Amino acid sequence: MRIGVDVGGTNTDAVIMDGRTVLSTDKVPTSANVSDGIVGAISHVIEDAAIDAAKIRGVMIGTTHFTNAFVERRGLLPVGIIRIALPSSRGIPPSTDWPEDMVQAIGQCHHMIRGGYQFDGRVADPLDELAVAEAARDIRARGLKTVAVTGLFSPVSADMELRAEEIIREEIPDVQITLSSRIGRMGILERENAAVMNASLADLSKKVIDSFRAALKKLHIEAPFYVSQNDGTLMSADFVEKYPVLTFASGPTNSMRGAAYLSKLEDALVADIGGTTTDFGMLSNGFPRESSITVDIGGVRTNFRMPDILSFGLGGGSLVHSEGGEVRLGPQSLGYRLVNKARVFGGDTLCATDIAVAAGYAQIGDRSQVSDLDEDMVKMGRARIHQMIADGVDRMKICAEPLPLVLVGGGSILVSDDIPGTSEVIIPQHAGVANAIGASIAQVSGETDRVFAYESTGREAAIETAKQEAVDRAIEAGADAGTLEILELEELPLAYMPGGAVRIRVKVAGDLSRV
Amino acid sequence: MKKIAIEDLKDIATGAAFLGTGGGGDPYIGRVLAMNAIQEFTMPEIVDADSLADDALVFTIAMLGAPTVLGEKAACGDDLDLAIKRLEQRLGRKADALVGIEIGGMNSLVPVVAAARLGLPLVDADGMGRAFPEIQMVTFNVYGVSCTPLSVTDDHLTSLIVDTADAKSAEDLVRIASVHLGCSVVISSYPLSGAALKRSAVKGTLTLARDIGKAIVRGRKEGNPVDVLVDYLRTTPYYNQCKVLFDGKVQDIQRETKLGFSIGHCHLAALDGSDRTMEISFQNEHLVAREQGRTRAIVPDLICLVDRETAEPIPVESLKYGQRLKVIATSAAPIMRTPESLAVFGPRAFGFDEDFVPLEDIPN
Repeated sequence: MRIGVDVGGTNTDAVIMDGRTVLSTDKVPTSANVSDGIVGAISHVIEDAAIDAAKIRGVMIGTTHFTNAFVERRGLLPVGIIRIALPSSRGIPPSTDWPEDMVQAIGQCHHMIRGGYQFDGRVADPLDELAVAEAARDIRARGLKTVAVTGLFSPVSADMELRAEEIIREEIPDVQITLSSRIGRMGILERENAAVMNASLADLSKKVIDSFRAALKKLHIEAPFYVSQNDGTLMSADFVEKYPVLTFASGPTNSMRGAAYLSKLEDALVADIGGTTTDFGMLSNGFPRESSITVDIGGVRTNFRMPDILSFGLGGGSLVHSEGGEVRLGPQSLGYRLVNKARVFGGDTLCATDIAVAAGYAQIGDRSQVSDLDEDMVKMGRARIHQMIADGVDRMKICAEPLPLVLVGGGSILVSDDIPGTSEVIIPQHAGVANAIGASIAQVSGETDRVFAYESTGREAAIETAKQEAVDRAIEAGADAGTLEILELEELPLAYMPGGAVRIRVKVAGDLSRV
Repeated sequence: MKKIAIEDLKDIATGAAFLGTGGGGDPYIGRVLAMNAIQEFTMPEIVDADSLADDALVFTIAMLGAPTVLGEKAACGDDLDLAIKRLEQRLGRKADALVGIEIGGMNSLVPVVAAARLGLPLVDADGMGRAFPEIQMVTFNVYGVSCTPLSVTDDHLTSLIVDTADAKSAEDLVRIASVHLGCSVVISSYPLSGAALKRSAVKGTLTLARDIGKAIVRGRKEGNPVDVLVDYLRTTPYYNQCKVLFDGKVQDIQRETKLGFSIGHCHLAALDGSDRTMEISFQNEHLVAREQGRTRAIVPDLICLVDRETAEPIPVESLKYGQRLKVIATSAAPIMRTPESLAVFGPRAFGFDEDFVPLEDIPN
């Protein structure tokens, strides 16, 4: 048995799962200290399912806490920023084009150092080790506790970043170090930004992970716990403490993974309809499709592996505007006031939920409160809701064939009719806690990404070695070897390098063993 | 515009992305480089082409390389300075001003960076009023200005001077050198006199890029960016023949990377419920738009794909199924449409077996 928890900005959800069966679910308000909400939600589900805490084999937590903290500039540490790229990129120093308050909070200590690679792995400049040591001493003198290291073309070769880490460690043994090659892709500014964001969260991540630990201890749960990352796979508690930035955007990922699980579909569109917005995503092989564009988080440009999500203002609480024979919905919403302001709940504000109830397809609240609504207006409102969903389907699809659409979230009651472009519309049971379910079923992944010389190893052997490395890492992270599957295999030939150099990236994922 | 301030950079970048017609590289890197250069050095002074003395010496300055590499390894600054200095040494004379070679994409802002660093005036003009993939596809070349001597530099302050018989040979040589130097180099080429510039440049394009950007931003505030953009383009000296060719959704994308170019087709289906379709062919930039096989607009006229709601220009590498786009075509500058120009960057220069027909002469 395992527990899935979703710590959102508003609610903390928990579920207990036994194999594929959902034993019990609960939703409580998120507490300021995080821990109390988790304790509350988990103790309710354990009580409700009447099971022994000792039988829990794993706890999987999804959280938007770090994203929110960064966006709201809460609990961030100032970062020692080291870039190994000179003479390249001198024209664009670190923290360029950031919001001023973010520069003040975390981005003022820069060291630009000679070193780095070319696009094909050739050394552009050897690492200036003395300069790294000097930068580390300056960072120590300033009393900074966390460092971000970014090397030119480090996704092609991370060796200089690794060497810099050793040197910094010698100068400041207890400092937190983030290497850009561990979290980002090509594009030095975006990758450096991500590394700095991660470094700034070092203190908060320790506190939050400690509070997760404390919560589980209080509940007498001794099973290991994991935190979900933006690609829908799990990180161990120790790992997330080092790389909290990898939790960014895990919320939509979890709800989509939960939708895949509940609907038993691998390829489908997913719409998470909440109170205010609808998030559309696309599942392919059971995982969310990734976005290919840069994403600003808290005003800072990044190129994270984020799910490709289309958000628009339609939810259960969306306000209804009726004017000149046209009915529009949202983007303004009743939000959390839905439960007392909506007409069907005795309030005086007409919202999307009222339309669905008046049209007769949603059973919630008191229908007599909306019996006076104009029939044509209700008809148009219903058509508008379905039109908005159909537009979302149309925008998210990458192929012309119809696909199933899975609806999750509390607002899924707004939909009853067929949606063009879909083969069927599915609202699974427990759709309201899809996030927590998505966290609970998350898999463990292993990845390798490095350059091989085909002339000396041969292509087949090189790919085999790369796959094995990824598999070994996944097993090390707790995966059950029998369930591992290859999610991505990419070969990028590095032109103009002797020896037939090819960069291979392999990612595998499988179920956690022992749960 | 007498000087370029930091506040102008976003508008120039947006306008340059539009004029990039799908290619030209992401102007973002150019924008942050320019922002830092203006902060560290000075706001560049902008001069009209017609105010130049006939015997003034003007250089172009640009970056050349693979877009993904430019995102990792942009100009360091010293390489820009060095490119100018080496060309000055070769010619035995100081440059009096700089001019852009390509207003579309990231090279709209590289000359701003160099002008800020060196305190040189920047001429409000370029050599195409759009973006093109190769060094010879420039009005300066068409109207008798030699591409060489040109200088190539990299961030290690490696430099070389190239002299060739013609601009295409320079293109071939510099392309090979750029790969060895890490797929990202600075080039300063087409050293030309004030008189030659007045005769051969596409004038006023830096201001135009800025004002196209401003029109898009204003349109977003007013809620109809595509209409505001089109209305503005109709008032400009070059882009005044302007049509929204199509309002559609991306149905299919085929692309491949061949000889260092992104080559392919994008198919759009109409959003008005009719069965109209449009095919756009690109080689880095969009080159031809055809509806049911019939040409609606063709290079060197401009074909731009913009988001139908926000008018955000969509680069070729970001095209994907399901996007809803408007296809906007505009006339190129008159000096880009002459027989001499068409021989260098008309349809046949890109391998299309058809003659150029001006946008306004093609029936809707």
